[in-house]
This record gives sequence, structure tokens and C-alpha cells, in this order.
Amino acid sequence: MSAELFSLFYQFADVFAFLILSAAGLAIVFGMMGVINMAHGEFIMCGAYVTVGLVNLGVPLAIAQILAAVTAGLIGVLVEFLVVRRFYKRPLDSLLATWGLSLIVTQSMLLIVGSAVRGIGTPEGSFAIGGYTFSTYRLVLFGCAVAVLAGLYIIFMKTRFGVIARATMQNAAMAKALGARTGRIYAISFGIGTGLAGLCGALYAPTMTLIPTMGATFVVESFVTVVIGGANVLLGTAPAAVFLAMIRMALNASYGQIIGQIGMLVAVILIIRVLPEGLSSVLVRRGR
Amino acid sequence: MNSGHKLRMVLLGAMLGTVASMNLARAAEPPLKVGLLEDVSGDLAFMGMPKLHGSQLAVEEINKSGGILGRQIELIHLDPQGDNARYQEFGRRLLNRDKVDVLIGGITSASREALRPIVDRTTTPYFYTNQYEGGVCDASMISMGAVPEQQFSTLIPWMVEKFGKKVYVIAADYNFGQISAEWNRKIMKDLGGEVVGEEFIPLGVSQFAQTIQNIQKAKPDWLLTINVGAAQDSFFEQAAAANLNLPMGSSIKVMLGFEHKRFKPPALNNMHATANWFEEIDTPEATEFKKRWHAKFPDELYINDMGYNAYNALYMYKALVEKAKSIKLEDMRKVIATGDACIDAPEGKVCIDPKSQHTSHRMRLISVGPKHEVKVEKDYGTIQPYWLGEIGCDLTKKNDKDQYTPSHLPKKS
Repeated sequence: MSAELFSLFYQFADVFAFLILSAAGLAIVFGMMGVINMAHGEFIMCGAYVTVGLVNLGVPLAIAQILAAVTAGLIGVLVEFLVVRRFYKRPLDSLLATWGLSLIVTQSMLLIVGSAVRGIGTPEGSFAIGGYTFSTYRLVLFGCAVAVLAGLYIIFMKTRFGVIARATMQNAAMAKALGARTGRIYAISFGIGTGLAGLCGALYAPTMTLIPTMGATFVVESFVTVVIGGANVLLGTAPAAVFLAMIRMALNASYGQIIGQIGMLVAVILIIRVLPEGLSSVLVRRGR
Repeated sequence: MNSGHKLRMVLLGAMLGTVASMNLARAAEPPLKVGLLEDVSGDLAFMGMPKLHGSQLAVEEINKSGGILGRQIELIHLDPQGDNARYQEFGRRLLNRDKVDVLIGGITSASREALRPIVDRTTTPYFYTNQYEGGVCDASMISMGAVPEQQFSTLIPWMVEKFGKKVYVIAADYNFGQISAEWNRKIMKDLGGEVVGEEFIPLGVSQFAQTIQNIQKAKPDWLLTINVGAAQDSFFEQAAAANLNLPMGSSIKVMLGFEHKRFKPPALNNMHATANWFEEIDTPEATEFKKRWHAKFPDELYINDMGYNAYNALYMYKALVEKAKSIKLEDMRKVIATGDACIDAPEGKVCIDPKSQHTSHRMRLISVGPKHEVKVEKDYGTIQPYWLGEIGCDLTKKNDKDQYTPSHLPKKS
């Protein structure tokens, strides 16, 4: 019995980690900043490729993953400066620009790195409970997802930067008038967002096939989580991931992956219909 | 460099009795146009790239040795990027605008079925160069890859005998996975085995924690893995990390997707497959072929069976055209009807079966070890693609233009 219970928790943790890690970066870039970043998947891919490249050079996995996230973050700052900065008042154009960027990046990777890269293998470690065996690394992923949420809470709720960033997102002109350097705030926020996307790729790199289009497998889940979460990163994304993970886990377990995926998307449609502002609109109102 | 190959060309030329003066006259003729549709970007690019390379290698070799009927070949490749709508659009473009003399290509069975009705409206021959779930009875299509009677009727009895009667199936959720799973059900039933679970996975899904637990709950003796594409291949890494440790069998792994080269050992340990080609074949003919390939494409990670079949398709086309002395499909089919449409491929002699227009193959059962070393477990010799003929498909008499499965058989007339 306890094996079944643990199995339920493990499956929930697994889907939850996938949703949180793939959505955290987008929650900042899209949820807070309002940039429809179609290249989100490519920042994830970037994190994965940098990780594998560094590990192949002999860098220990954990350090490679951190460096990969930092790399994705720095590239994000550069992309913000060169491209995204011009589109803050034109969200639909930002969609086109970042989509174009995504196409350029995937095709360039295909041409430069090739169509497939050899994987690095998941860190050893599995444990058995009852008749089931589990991969330890999947629990590490869950731990990382929780840590990312905690980190975001601290950055955006407890630091001076967080206060100014939230002020800038709410009313850039007023923040600027009060002396905030909004351009820099936007660049750093975008960098944190893409850095988290890179972290997602870095963490999942050992468990997946690396191809230039691998980001696409994360993109649907990440957008869906952010959209039903609503504008508030912490009060929206986390409950959205819990909610979607429960639905998907239950349906996956009883009816298989197809129904799991369909069920999750149907739930998303219903939520958007009932709560167009996302889950956080309800939670924030309650909180007041 | 490749004297054996050149000798073959010379002999073929001599057999046909083409005299030098005729060749000269023909040299002025316009080149034969070969339309090629292969994905070299998108989710299946890593499989499609060897297909493009195989075609390019064959075209280069054939052109160097005098072309087909003295005519050079012009290869027109378009990249449908794994998108079935684009397959149709590009297929129409090649057939109607470029007026290609032959159409080759398609990776997934979904792309082939998207293309086939368009080909059927023309009189252009179409070569499908993948192994697949079998059953297409269509006079316009010549299939170069292996089919279930060559792959599943060999693999599944062997797996049952060696590992046990309970199988769990993980299949990609489209026609290939669904029909292959149907084949498995039929063969397992005949063997008195039991399918303890079947899971169909949408393309693009990359997370398998739940699937791994479903498998452990069902307690199978072995797994049939017919998952497709880079995302779904992540299953192997995740199953290995969770220490699932079950024997696996497949009709597409190793020789087609070269997972044993793409994943770190031992993720593919204990995988089994039946194949007409895998790069580890070391006969003299195969070694010679691999040498030519790697000389032209030094960066190729693995020469997979699709790429190999794509290479053969052009030589088969050449053999058919030269025997028929015509580039018309109906004349080529007359050659096929004689049962004498054969080429000496790197795996050995392969021939097109007149009734189904599918290709005979020398099949071997291979296994992957803990260090991802590939071993031949059993050599089945040449196996004919007999199933379509047995159930009543006879393209020499009637063009069904249909795809049959164990549950969808031709109507008895």
C-alpha cells in the first residue's frame, strides 16, 4: 500500500517538476513582462546543449548545469538588448520576432552541431519500494523545482531588486519617474527568465535525447502553465502546476499518456473559459 | 578504390548489350529527374539525414559510371520537415511542376499515406525506402524496406522463446505504432502468449515516469518498444535510470534510430531487433559499401537501414529501367512481374516480389550488450515478403491501392 502511495507522490512530483521547471522562466518573461517569447524552447535547448558540451569536456555535471543556466541567462540579456527591447509596446510583434529567432537558432544548431548529439546519461542511482524501482534523479528534479520557486519568491518578494522589478512591470513610467533604471530592470528580468529556461534544459539534458528542436517538447506545457496561472508568478504558476500535475498524473495512471495529455488540455480550456485572468486572479483577490 | 563495384557496373552494361555509339548518342539526352522527399530538419532529422546521404551517394556513383540508360541523374531534394501537409505540397510540386521521372522518400507511415493518393493520380513510380508496418498493395509503390513477416514473425517468436510469454507494448500513436501493435497481438495469440499491456504515446511526449511504473505493475517478461522520434526515445534513458532492466525487442531500434550510438551505455542494453541492414554487418560487400559512404560523409554517426535502403532504391530503379529499356512505370512493372527484378545489394541479392512489389531481404536478429556492442544472434537467410500475396494482393492482376492489416483483409471476390 505504501508503495502505491509513494508511487502516486513520485508521479505527481515528476509532472510537477516538469511543469514548474519548464514554466518558471516563461512566467517571468511572459507572465510578468508580457513578452510572448516563442524562443523559450530554444533557451531550454541552449541550456541542455551547453550542459552536454561541458560534461564532455570533463566538467562535473552539477557545475556544468549551473554554468549552462548562467550562459542562457547572459544570452538572454544580449537578446533583450538586441531584439526584445524594441517590442515592449508591441506584444504581437514580439511574438513574430522571437519566433523568427527560434527558427534561426534551431536551423543554425542543425547546421553547426548536427542532427543528433550523444547523450551523457542520467546520474546513477535508483531505489526500490515494493515492486517498483525509481530513479533518484527524478526526485532531484523535484527538489530543484521547489528550490526554483523558493528562489523566485525571495528574489521578487524579499529583495530591493524585486520590489523595483515588480513596480516596473506594473507601471514602467511611474517607476522611471521615481528613479528606477527600468531598461536595466527589464534586461535583468529577461535574463533571469531565460536563465531559468536554460536551467530547465540543463536539468533535463541527462534524461533526454538532444536534438535542435528539443525545446518544442517543453513549450506547450510551459505556456499552458503560465497562461492558466495568470500574471502573478508565485501565486499563479505554482498552483497551476499543482493543479495540472494532479489532473495529468491521475489520467496518465488510469488511462495512459494520450488521455493524460488530452485531459490536461481540456482542463486548460475550461479554466481559461471560467477564469480568463488565470488562477492567480482568484488567489490574489482572496488574499486581499 | 571500389573495383568490385565498378566491375558490377561494367558487367551490367555488358549484359544489356549497350554499345558505345548508342551511349554517346544518349549522352545528349536530358537527365533523368529523381524527386526526393526526406526530412533533414525537424524531430526526425537525425534519421532523415542518412537517407539524403544514401541517395546522394548512389546518384554520384551511378552518374560516374555512365548514368541510367546512358542518361545522367538529377536529384531534386526537398525537405518536408516532418510535416505531412508539406509532404503533400512538395509531392505535388515534384510530380506536377518538376515532372520528376521517379519519386522517392517519406519517413513516417503517416507521410507515406499522405503522399500515396497524390502519386496514384499520376503514372510516376514511387519508392518507399523504410521498413514499415506492411500491407500496402499499390501498383505505383515499390517498397524497399523490411515488413512485419520479415521483422515481427522472426523477432517475436524468438523473444517469447528466450524471455517468456508476457509482453508489454510501448508504441507511437499513429498508423505505424497502431498497426505494428496489431501484428504483435496476432503473432502473440498464435504463440499462446499474452499482451499484458499496451500503451500508445502521442508523438513529441518525452516524459515516461508513469509508463515505467505501469510496466512494473504489469510485470511483463519483455518489452516491445516501437516508440518513434527523438522525444519518445527519451524512454530508454529514463527506464535505465529507474533500473527497469527488462529485455526489449523492436522493429526500428538500433539499426534505424541508432539509439545505441546516441545514448550512453547501458541505456540500450538487452535490446533486440531484426534487420536487413545495420552498420555492424561485416561481410566484404558491406565493408566496401561502408567505406565508400564514410569517404563521402566522414561525419556520419551511423549508416542506418533507411539510408541504406534509400541507396538501394536508386540501384533498383536503375536495374528496372535498364531491364525494361523504358522509364515508364508500366514497362518497369512488366519486369517486376517476371520476378527477375533483383540487385546485388550490400546485404546480398534482393528481389522485388511481383505480387506485392515489396523486397526480399536477408534478415538477422541482433542484440545490444551492456557496452552497446551489437551481436548477431541468428541469421534467418533471405525472407520473402509473402504476407500480402498470401492474403490475396496480386498487383500483376489487380491494383487495390489499399493498405491491409491483420484485421483489414481484402474482400474475397
